[in-house]
Amino acid sequence: MNKKKLFAFNSQLLIPVIAIVILVIFNLFRDPSFFSVSIASNNNGDPVLQGNLISILNGASELVILAMGMTLVTAACGGQDISVGALSAIAGSVFVKVLKSGGSISPGLVIGGFLCCCIVAMIFGAFNGTLVSVFGIQPMIATLILFTCGRSIAYWINGGATPTVTSPVITAIGGFIPGIPVPTPILIVILAACLFALLFRFTTLGLYIQSVGINQAASRLNGIHNVGIKLLSFIILGACCAVSGVIGVSRLGLINHETLLLNIEMDAILAVAIGGNSLGGGRFNMIGSVIGAYAIQMLTITLYAMKVPSTDVKAYKAVVIILLVVIGSPVVKEAAGRFWKKISEKGTAGTGKEAA
Amino acid sequence: MNKNENSRPVRVREPITDTQLLITITVCIFFFMYILAMLIWGGGFRKPQMIFDILNDNAYLIIISCGLTVVMITGSIDISVGGVTALVAMADVMILSGHAGPFSGIPEKSRIVLAFCMALFIGLLYGLIQGYLIAYLEIQPFIITLAGMFFARGMITIISVDPQKAPQNLMDILQKRIEIPWLGSPNKKGVIIPARMEIGVVIALVIVALIFILLTRFRLGRHFYAVGGNRQSALMLGVNVKKTRFMAHLISGLLAGIAGFVFMMHTGAGNATNATAAEMNAIASSIIGGTLLTGGVGNVIGTLFGVLTLSTIKSIVTTSGLRDPWWQSITTGAMLCFFILLQSVVLMQKHKRSK
Repeated sequence: MNKKKLFAFNSQLLIPVIAIVILVIFNLFRDPSFFSVSIASNNNGDPVLQGNLISILNGASELVILAMGMTLVTAACGGQDISVGALSAIAGSVFVKVLKSGGSISPGLVIGGFLCCCIVAMIFGAFNGTLVSVFGIQPMIATLILFTCGRSIAYWINGGATPTVTSPVITAIGGFIPGIPVPTPILIVILAACLFALLFRFTTLGLYIQSVGINQAASRLNGIHNVGIKLLSFIILGACCAVSGVIGVSRLGLINHETLLLNIEMDAILAVAIGGNSLGGGRFNMIGSVIGAYAIQMLTITLYAMKVPSTDVKAYKAVVIILLVVIGSPVVKEAAGRFWKKISEKGTAGTGKEAA
Repeated sequence: MNKNENSRPVRVREPITDTQLLITITVCIFFFMYILAMLIWGGGFRKPQMIFDILNDNAYLIIISCGLTVVMITGSIDISVGGVTALVAMADVMILSGHAGPFSGIPEKSRIVLAFCMALFIGLLYGLIQGYLIAYLEIQPFIITLAGMFFARGMITIISVDPQKAPQNLMDILQKRIEIPWLGSPNKKGVIIPARMEIGVVIALVIVALIFILLTRFRLGRHFYAVGGNRQSALMLGVNVKKTRFMAHLISGLLAGIAGFVFMMHTGAGNATNATAAEMNAIASSIIGGTLLTGGVGNVIGTLFGVLTLSTIKSIVTTSGLRDPWWQSITTGAMLCFFILLQSVVLMQKHKRSK
């Protein structure tokens, strides 16, 4: 009994769930009204949901989408893509460029713009993927190229300007669709999650990615196309970048190549790591990454609610992250396990049952 | 110097190692590029002062890249170095200008010593904590040093949101330049202006030499390569893997602290945006210099040339008339791409032939 419990204690989702639970308990003690969700009406008179929980779910949308793609790349290649922020900026620039090309912004044009930026982002993803899979370069180094010049390319696409786009369609993507009280980015995340779920349910992609990540040589001998799988994971991440870039642009209605999703690559990698995935590749758990992403956003919003200045948030975030990974580190876990065993051995049968 | 002298192997002509090959490529390309720039754009590039300008601007980058090279040789990574550099610069400026509460009563001259001690202290503290967490608690280095970077960047704004400036009289002492008259060049009026070099450059070059000696002549240095090359076999050969990784991060943290002091000597300003993306520039320099992120391969001499190559590219872009703000980073990216591909192809060919 006890052994089984200990095994469950070591499961992969431990850290993200602990993070969320700690944050929830902390917020309950600090201010129970943190969790209140109310219905208000926005400027157009439509009912919308409001509250910290909604802003956590809403604000984390881009991060969740990128974290899902990042999980695949991490699992397949054993490294991380640090160019996702820059790639999102490129995608956003292409999106705005297409929208600006037509006279009026119609829903058709928006869809066209989305497809265009999706294709561009997937091409850049394929570029990263080729470097990693064909030339065998470490992912972090291969994506360092786009990390260095991606935002400049985004700047160049729009000719050195930061154009704005105003249209009800754009506001609907970044804010609320009239009549639906849930923010649209949340709906997009749900849609993306469903797509990924279907992908893993009906194809063997997940299995192949894990196998390539665990042992490349063995999976090649088993007839899995290593290069193709790695390339595919980068292309999927490219598409994720396009989606998050479009959300980011639509939120503000303008493209700022310097600040759009700034530093999100670090948060996305963090989400993957907090989700209990090994950054060295192999087995992955996408749910973990998603929970990790929401935990990061919840931490940020909690700090904002505590009136911490936005520039100082990073320092507090760092302390919490270090605490989390220390709790989750194998050595500490082992020590805790030994300590737990000692206590349960020393204690009477009654306390043992209680613990179980 | 060499502790295991009695077991020194007989020198035989060995095939060229990956480290040597990659360094040779980098050094050749750097000289090729620089000579090409001298021939095409002439002007500034023909003056020796150009190379000193590049060194003056990048002394701090050379120092953090050295630390990063050591860490990368052991197969680890440290992305907190840029943040630490900026944090140290900010803390030092606060000390020098007397804004730091407990230190405000100290006479001005001794504030410089205090600032240097502060730099060492912050660097060592970072190295100790990160090294312990990474080596002994076996946490992924990327996450710990990422958190370290966040912490440093957050601490800067907690110290001061507004940019700070060190007092001018102290900066005059710190920014004293070393003049090298025999490398001077005539200006427009024909007066020979000696080449000027900052003290930070001397510090940086000394550190490069020290790390080079550490990596090639000391047992610890060889352990770095052993741990980075194959951790399992290093462990079986009796290398204290945990201690070795700890030492690598300690060195990196300490050098980041010193780099912060050098950065402050160069700019004299504390700002939240100081040394932005320095960690990525340092990683890029190390890679161009032939250090592999997988570990086991690399050398600081290559790293020095990596920094020089990267900054020469930037100078070439600005002198060649591509004045639009985006060209600098786009060309840097393209050059980075070229170097990375070249290294990959060369290594691939070499391994194919050896098989």
